[in-house]
Amino acid sequence: MLVREGQVRIPSGCAISGIINKKGELFSGSDIIKSISLMHDRSNGLGGGFAAYGIYPEYKDLYAFHMFYDDTNAKDNTEHFLNKHFNVELSGKIPTRKVAAITNVPIIWRYFVSPRKDKLEESGLSDDEFVVRCVMKINNSIDGAFVVSSGKDMGAFKAVGYPEDIGEFYMLENYKAYIWTAHGRFPTNTPGWWGGAHPFTLLDWSIVHNGEISSYDANRRYIEMFGYKCTLQTDTEAITYIFDLLLRKHKLPLDVAVTAMAAPFWSEIDRMDEDKKELVKAIRATYSSILVNGPFSIILGFKNGIVALNDRIKLRSLVAAEKDDFVYVASEESAIRVVCPEPDRIWAPRGGEPVVALLEGVETI
Amino acid sequence: MSINYLTPEFVIERDRDRCIDCQVCVRQCANLAHSFDEEDQKVVSDDSKCVNCHRCVVLCPTRALTIKRNPLEFKENANWTPKAIREIYKQAETGGILLTGMGNDMPYPIYWDHILLNASQVTNPSIDPLREPMELKTFLGRKPEMLRVEDGKLAEKLPPQLELEMPVMFSAMSFGSISLNACESMARAASEVGIMYNTGEGGLHRNLRKYGKNTIVQVASGRFGVDPDYLQAGAAIEIKIGQGAKPGIGGHLPGEKVGEEVSATRMIPIGSDAISPAPHHDIYSIEDLRQLIYSLKEATNYEKPVSVKIAAVHNVAAICSGIARAGADIIAIDGYRGGTGAAPTRIRDNVGIPVELALAAVDSRLREEGIRNQVSLVCAGSIRNSADIIKAVALGADAVYIASAALIAMGCHMCQKCYTGKCNWGIATQDPNLTKRLNPEIASRRLANLLHAWAHEMKEMLGGMGINAIESLRGNRLMLRGVGLSDRELKILGIKAAGE
Repeated sequence: MLVREGQVRIPSGCAISGIINKKGELFSGSDIIKSISLMHDRSNGLGGGFAAYGIYPEYKDLYAFHMFYDDTNAKDNTEHFLNKHFNVELSGKIPTRKVAAITNVPIIWRYFVSPRKDKLEESGLSDDEFVVRCVMKINNSIDGAFVVSSGKDMGAFKAVGYPEDIGEFYMLENYKAYIWTAHGRFPTNTPGWWGGAHPFTLLDWSIVHNGEISSYDANRRYIEMFGYKCTLQTDTEAITYIFDLLLRKHKLPLDVAVTAMAAPFWSEIDRMDEDKKELVKAIRATYSSILVNGPFSIILGFKNGIVALNDRIKLRSLVAAEKDDFVYVASEESAIRVVCPEPDRIWAPRGGEPVVALLEGVETI
Repeated sequence: MSINYLTPEFVIERDRDRCIDCQVCVRQCANLAHSFDEEDQKVVSDDSKCVNCHRCVVLCPTRALTIKRNPLEFKENANWTPKAIREIYKQAETGGILLTGMGNDMPYPIYWDHILLNASQVTNPSIDPLREPMELKTFLGRKPEMLRVEDGKLAEKLPPQLELEMPVMFSAMSFGSISLNACESMARAASEVGIMYNTGEGGLHRNLRKYGKNTIVQVASGRFGVDPDYLQAGAAIEIKIGQGAKPGIGGHLPGEKVGEEVSATRMIPIGSDAISPAPHHDIYSIEDLRQLIYSLKEATNYEKPVSVKIAAVHNVAAICSGIARAGADIIAIDGYRGGTGAAPTRIRDNVGIPVELALAAVDSRLREEGIRNQVSLVCAGSIRNSADIIKAVALGADAVYIASAALIAMGCHMCQKCYTGKCNWGIATQDPNLTKRLNPEIASRRLANLLHAWAHEMKEMLGGMGINAIESLRGNRLMLRGVGLSDRELKILGIKAAGE
């Protein structure tokens, strides 16, 4: 029997795409499906998915847990756990439609929850940290259960299949969001496990990623010192935790996080002014283990915007464009032009140079 | 006196057709294996004095000399090997402890040679170091758990760091155990390449003070040459607890090697034996170590990282955890193959554990405890080439120490007779007639060449793995696979078997 993702490390190539409306206006999932499906040949039907922000305005103060269950037993165990730690306001099946290409469907459920006050008190943690610990707990210790996403007013929709089929399966044309990101996967092995598809999320961070990082084990072993558990053994999971560590836990500005992950070369650092040199040197010395090495292009989604980033020598393609209030990023220019034929500006960001698109009025992440 | 039961270990073959009786070999051999027979007007050799150091062979202008293992054999016996028998003859004759030099030469497994490296194929690209930047810069020292940045500036400075241009340093070898020329050669090469050399426990000769920013000054149990100036003179301070070649054992520099310069540098009388006690007599436990670490930090205003060097012994992981918590900024782990100028043979050959296993165990343990970033790990004890370095880094080392390799670069031929003080290569000796053979100009060039060559090779291997900065390899054990190892060994090394 083939071992599934998490039991074995599976490298993969991919397509990614992301669209944001900087005014925060909501738009349906049809554009993102069109964009990602144009890059059909960059994936091989073994995984794909979407992340959407702004989809649950009526529950925007609650954590939305999207879940996969292998069986009812896993569901019962998880619900027992959730009831013990959270107030569950609402739960139900995530609506799907039958699509011929999507098979082996797990039980797909969602919950809108808030941490129980007594448990929160007892733990002495912040809301977010409490949720993170619970997500780790479910993924690690409840057999057959997997947390697909756990943020507020956002959700991830993923499956084994081509992204366009997955979009149809989840009826994404019915959702409206101000940020959409998408992923089509080309794994070099065939695990066919839904949890292993992307985007990977934690709280309201979501990552879609194309690449196979060669620093994986160095990155993994470093972040695991800070309490993260890399159960999926994927680059995407590791990158998500790195962002969470730097931005949320260590409260570092985005440019510092980017410098750590896609560091400038020493030859460039030598030419910086003294203050900057001291800072960048300190970043590289302190966070040397989270330099993400080898090819990657990623789109980080969060409630206030998106950040797209390439590895420091741009070993993966990444194109960005702007049109009015929209910002587009994708693996290929064609995937942007198919939904936005005449952008105001279109460019290929340099390696290590982030494309940051934030909602209007928002200063930082 | 009874006859010596030992037969010569080597035979010197002199090709009489080639030998021109020029007597170069006679002048070169400090062991007096060659002599000129005035009566016959020709050079003759005494096999029994030969240590097989190759000095005469290399310098013979007509290539007339060859040294071979003496083909004379004992009756075959798998248990009583020639080595075992010869050692008994020696001890029966002298009543003394067997002495030896350099590292453990026993056929224990060499784990480096059971570990293979990865390379990129298709799914991610290899990187060509001839066309792309490839970075080896390494910082040694305590790293904060997180940085604090305010208004785009560093709000809190980093603790002191050693900045190395490549993750290699020359390991501790004292002036006394080796010649001043050898020390100077390493100091010069270190400053040229941008790495560190280590004074060992012999103090810092006044002529070498100018290389201070590339110097680690060592504080060992004998405290030779230690004063405030000495502590301030280097870029870092190393407390030597133990040495891979002789864990649990002190050191002994015989009085005949303590001449004027050694005496001044070590701050001891001329001709007196320099004895380093087995333990530091102010460190009988971990809390004592903490006091010494902080005494040294106080003495140097917290401006220099403090390293603690220990021999790799059975409980190394727990010991290193204690050292990290005691405030060390760097821990150097010296494996049982590490070299020495002199060690009791029994200790060298039977005490300690392989550094590969020790390093992996320590790195894993410090990560489990979440304190790996508090210290840098330096792996020592027979790093033979650039691949060993790459494997050490992937197992978890920040950098490596090299010493035997450096001596070999300077001319050492591994005859293992350092303790006799008659090193024909001018390295492990204080005899001015011998030390002048080692020209620091040339030897430092050879050392720098070696490091440059290794740097090139390391870049090639990194690029092949799709990595362009050494830190992305550190602890990246997925880049390693084991061959011919048991499950238990793989588990300790934290690597998969080839094919997995």
